Amino acid sequence: MAMPKVLVLTGYGINCDEETKFAFEKAGAAAELVHINDLIDKRKKLGNYRILAFPGGFSYGDDTGAGNALANRIRNHLWDELEKFVEADNLAIGICNGFQVMANLGLLPALDGSYGGRQMALVHNDSARYLDRWVDLKFKGKSPWVKGIEKISLPIAHGEGKFYADSEILGRIIDKGLVAAQYVGGEICSYQSLPANPNGSLHDIAGITDESGRIFGLMPHPERAMEFTQLPNWPLLKEKARREGKGTPKEGEGIKIFRNAVGYFR
Amino acid sequence: MAHRIEIGSKIPDMRASLRKKKLEAAGFSGKLKSLELIDAYTIDFALSGEELENIASLLSNPVFQEAQVDEPIAKGGFDYAIEVGFLPGVTDNVGNTARECIEDLLKIKLPGQAVYSSQLMLVSGSLSKEDAMGVGEAIANTLIQRIHIKDCKDFLRGNGMGIIVPKVKLHEQPKAAKADVIGITDVNDDELIVIGKQGIANPDGTRRGPLALDLTYMKAIREYFLREGRNPTDVELESIAQTWSEHCKHTIFADPIDEFEEGLYRKFIKAATNKIRKGKGARDFCISVFTDNSGAIRFDDNYLITAKVETHNSPSALDPFGGAITGIVGVNRDAIGFGLGAKPIINTYGFCFADPNDAKPIYKGKNLTQRMLLPRRIMDGVIEGINAGGNCSGIPTTQGFVYFDSRFKGKPLVFAGTLGLIPKKVLGNKSYEKEARPGDCIVMIGGRVGKDGIHGATFSSEAIDSGSPATAVQIGDPITQKKLSDAVVKEARDLCLYNSITDNGAGGLSCSVAEMARESDGCIVELDKVPLKYQGLNPWEIWISESQERMTLAVPKEKLHAFSDLMKRRGVEATVIGEFTASGRCVVNYSGQKVMDIDMEFLHNGLPPRPIKTRFARQMHEEPKLPSDGDLTDSLHNMLERLNIASYEFISQQYDHEVQGGSVIKPLQGRGRVNGDATIVKPLLDSHKGIVISQGINPSYSDIDTYNMAACAIDTAIRNAIAAGANLEYLALLDNFCWCSSNEPERLGQLKRAAQACHDYAIAFEVPFISGKDSMFNDFKGFDEKGRAVKISVPPTLLISSVGIIEDAEKAVSLDAKFENDLVYVLGETYDELGGSEYFAMLGEQENGKSHIGNKVPAVDAAKNKKLYNALSRAIEKEFVASAQSVHRGGLAVALAKTAIAGTLGMESSLEALPGDKLRDDSAFYSESPGRLVVTVNSTNKESFEQIMHGNPFAQIGIVRGDGKFIIKGRAGKTIINTNISDMLKSYKSTFGGY
Repeated sequence: MAMPKVLVLTGYGINCDEETKFAFEKAGAAAELVHINDLIDKRKKLGNYRILAFPGGFSYGDDTGAGNALANRIRNHLWDELEKFVEADNLAIGICNGFQVMANLGLLPALDGSYGGRQMALVHNDSARYLDRWVDLKFKGKSPWVKGIEKISLPIAHGEGKFYADSEILGRIIDKGLVAAQYVGGEICSYQSLPANPNGSLHDIAGITDESGRIFGLMPHPERAMEFTQLPNWPLLKEKARREGKGTPKEGEGIKIFRNAVGYFR
Repeated sequence: MAHRIEIGSKIPDMRASLRKKKLEAAGFSGKLKSLELIDAYTIDFALSGEELENIASLLSNPVFQEAQVDEPIAKGGFDYAIEVGFLPGVTDNVGNTARECIEDLLKIKLPGQAVYSSQLMLVSGSLSKEDAMGVGEAIANTLIQRIHIKDCKDFLRGNGMGIIVPKVKLHEQPKAAKADVIGITDVNDDELIVIGKQGIANPDGTRRGPLALDLTYMKAIREYFLREGRNPTDVELESIAQTWSEHCKHTIFADPIDEFEEGLYRKFIKAATNKIRKGKGARDFCISVFTDNSGAIRFDDNYLITAKVETHNSPSALDPFGGAITGIVGVNRDAIGFGLGAKPIINTYGFCFADPNDAKPIYKGKNLTQRMLLPRRIMDGVIEGINAGGNCSGIPTTQGFVYFDSRFKGKPLVFAGTLGLIPKKVLGNKSYEKEARPGDCIVMIGGRVGKDGIHGATFSSEAIDSGSPATAVQIGDPITQKKLSDAVVKEARDLCLYNSITDNGAGGLSCSVAEMARESDGCIVELDKVPLKYQGLNPWEIWISESQERMTLAVPKEKLHAFSDLMKRRGVEATVIGEFTASGRCVVNYSGQKVMDIDMEFLHNGLPPRPIKTRFARQMHEEPKLPSDGDLTDSLHNMLERLNIASYEFISQQYDHEVQGGSVIKPLQGRGRVNGDATIVKPLLDSHKGIVISQGINPSYSDIDTYNMAACAIDTAIRNAIAAGANLEYLALLDNFCWCSSNEPERLGQLKRAAQACHDYAIAFEVPFISGKDSMFNDFKGFDEKGRAVKISVPPTLLISSVGIIEDAEKAVSLDAKFENDLVYVLGETYDELGGSEYFAMLGEQENGKSHIGNKVPAVDAAKNKKLYNALSRAIEKEFVASAQSVHRGGLAVALAKTAIAGTLGMESSLEALPGDKLRDDSAFYSESPGRLVVTVNSTNKESFEQIMHGNPFAQIGIVRGDGKFIIKGRAGKTIINTNISDMLKSYKSTFGGY
């Protein structure tokens, strides 16, 4: 299977759909934007895809809690299909608002393999304000999504991104190795003198997986880190490379996540 | 029976902490001990207990929240419960989403609004009942929101706040299917004046609000109806008033002015663009200028970039959040409404506020009534409005500025711009041309129609009672618009499902339909078909309502089914409300009665010209005495802390500037995260080409000469873009005039000079204007804190925005100095041009609390600058420039400081070799002479760089240090600045540190 088919969900205020589609295509997948109503109307079938992406955005304007209203719509109309999809050997990713949707759907962390119950939440940042900046991330765990990735920098842009779970759930998430991405100090934080944890997330959690590792949610935006010129410090890095007689990298590190997904089906 | 669901947080609610901080800043510091927030939903529908429990869990998250049905969450432990909810008829986005969720869950359709959101603050501390009201007023805006307060005892006795349903109840049901006939054919001029000024009379003798039609216009209307042999209906009169308004026809720019019969717009703006385009010949990149909702230029072989900048000033003074969000979401529709629909890809903003520390109230009414919002409140609300509008819509807000002057206290200026992307061709048709054809259906899509924005400008809060909708101010609904936008520009457009599209902005349907009807030469509208938010609107209200998030399309009959089906599947309401015709008449019916039937030609071109006379005399100001020349270190730190210079990082960071994945040069640059003057975005994910966007604005120069003000705004907007990597060959401009008292000959004289400068400098730089907008009456008439009558007029302000295309975004240049020992150059000449400068303002404020103005306002030498900019563009193209920063407000001092603190390395320089006149150190340091830039260059590129710059005024004045020191020597070789980057950073970031 060379080109896995990716369903990139769109509609109702999802707004990172086009760049997410582009990221999957650049990584070698066949991606398609599908409006949620076309799934509900059965004009499109989730079963025809191997990867499901919940892109970032402001579904329903974050009203009633980020990700909540769209999760409700999915739960009301598509739950059976979705449950079947995530239980099969497929991949799913939720980025930013998509992660919030997944959390509200109970796709993550889905402890004990049971999808559907809400166990964690993404709550208002400690600053209680929307924040766009870059963060440094440490990746770990056995998820195919993060295979071979150790430390990369990605941008965040969210108002409700603080990872929260009660201490019992949090303990189990950590113990089971479901923490896939954590905010750490690194190149960007030191470049721009920024704190490592941008929102007060517990245990510095930026992203987690379910127990299978196939379902992945993260607040940072890998699809906005596909190119060198998206980095906040690229003008400096370019100048440095020129002075050292070197070329500049052509792509950003965010693509690794999408390549991993495509690689899973090779 | 209505129900109430309350939701509280089980974990510390960070919104409550922020709210508390905000209230402390608003004067409740020390009084307020604790604050908790409860979100509430009031559901005006009979539901079972089980249904309500399901709804409660639908609207809350059990991981960190608890929900209660028909029971308060709070059980005591607070002093006051302060609830803030919307007044009837105000857009309630959260309520709307909750309704949709409930409908989706229960598979039912709730009647009307049915679900209302509100928020409860539980506060304790040493607060009196009055304080509690003060807390409510510091959070709520009583124009659009209600405040309901109970003390703890009351709250517990009444088992909570009780249920308030803010449903719209219109007292006076319109007499079914009737438009009033207004007698104007047989009345005298005095009566015409009254009708034009105060509006149509209601049966009770009150007036509906101004039509803003003066006697000249009223007479023309009377003559028309005499010819028609009848009196007009109210629908007709209101409709003409909208179409002929300053807002729609831009009469001040169109009417003959002094010796220029063709008016300012045609004489200066359009003529300049025409001349430049002709001169450019094959190099002309303009595709659509001044005619459509946005201007458009070629991006590459397949795509066009559209651009438009709007203002939303008056609404933002009344409701800063609503005004600003409506402004940004509204200008997005100028992209969607361009050609067959462009996708909004970049938002820009610009804010002119009064000093946020100014706590002296002003009042609209006599005897200290109708208190206006304080500058800080306006600033916070406007910033939040653009945040909500831009972020929710998924459009990166990259470029913007804030500017402060006490004269923006009565009315702030809120600029909101949108760039769009559109393929040049759609299914083989030119996407930038559109034409409604006779027989096409008139289709309205998006939101529904309420009383929003009807005669908004003349709104008085006293006229509101508990059941009447708050009509003056509107709140944008970005999600309704996002659904509409996606459905149009991502699907319907590319299927060619419609022939024409335009925005419903000012004047609502009356303007959008009548405007499109020009394409086919006529229309017939059935007003009964227009979907309403609530019943009880009069036909004239439906016709001119400015309810947001609506667009009007011309859909051919054979495509109507496909179009309607698509909209339905995308959750977008689409309604056929009539048909375009070729009858030459604009006809409107309402329940069987013809309520409007006007000749198209008269409607659009019947307004008689009103020649304008102007006067201009340059004002002379006292030349300030400068302090004795000496050390300027403290002065520099003071300068960096000034409102007009300081970092506004807190704004840049709360606006998503990276969505859509095209961010190249970001609003914050370098290690020091310094606000840049230009941003760059790559609009196509698979192309290297970039768009450079920048702005220039210099209101303070207007106090001396608006010609120089405009020239400097143009030069700055151009130079900022050049510094980032743009070139003059491929750059376009947008103008936004925000004037005051535009009925006074002196103000109009200033306007004429500014327009003249736009003409002269656009031509001199060969940079065309592609779009513009004006707002001519930014005046506040009211009373100060002692009840004395005041008029506060904004300084004549011109915002120039520049849009450029660059071939290779990777050749863009950021402003931060990058490596130790790099050479620091100043390009351009420095003269004694401190008139209207930030330095003079600072000196004056330090002396007597009032800006000095002076007389030597900066003058632009376009020929000299053009040569220099072209040389710099070549140097950047060859990649010889490591950083570039243009010199503007705060002069060389600020440009050098920003370059250095963005790099956080250090700098050493000397003013000795500075090109230009030999000046005092402070004058050289702070002069705002245009045409200048600070650049840093790798020393190995020294020769190549200097060779390219040869023939232009420039000098190497220093080097980048690596030890964090910032040292500047004056003309005599004496050190005048000796400080370090970390202290400078502190100064630069302290002013808005707590915002």
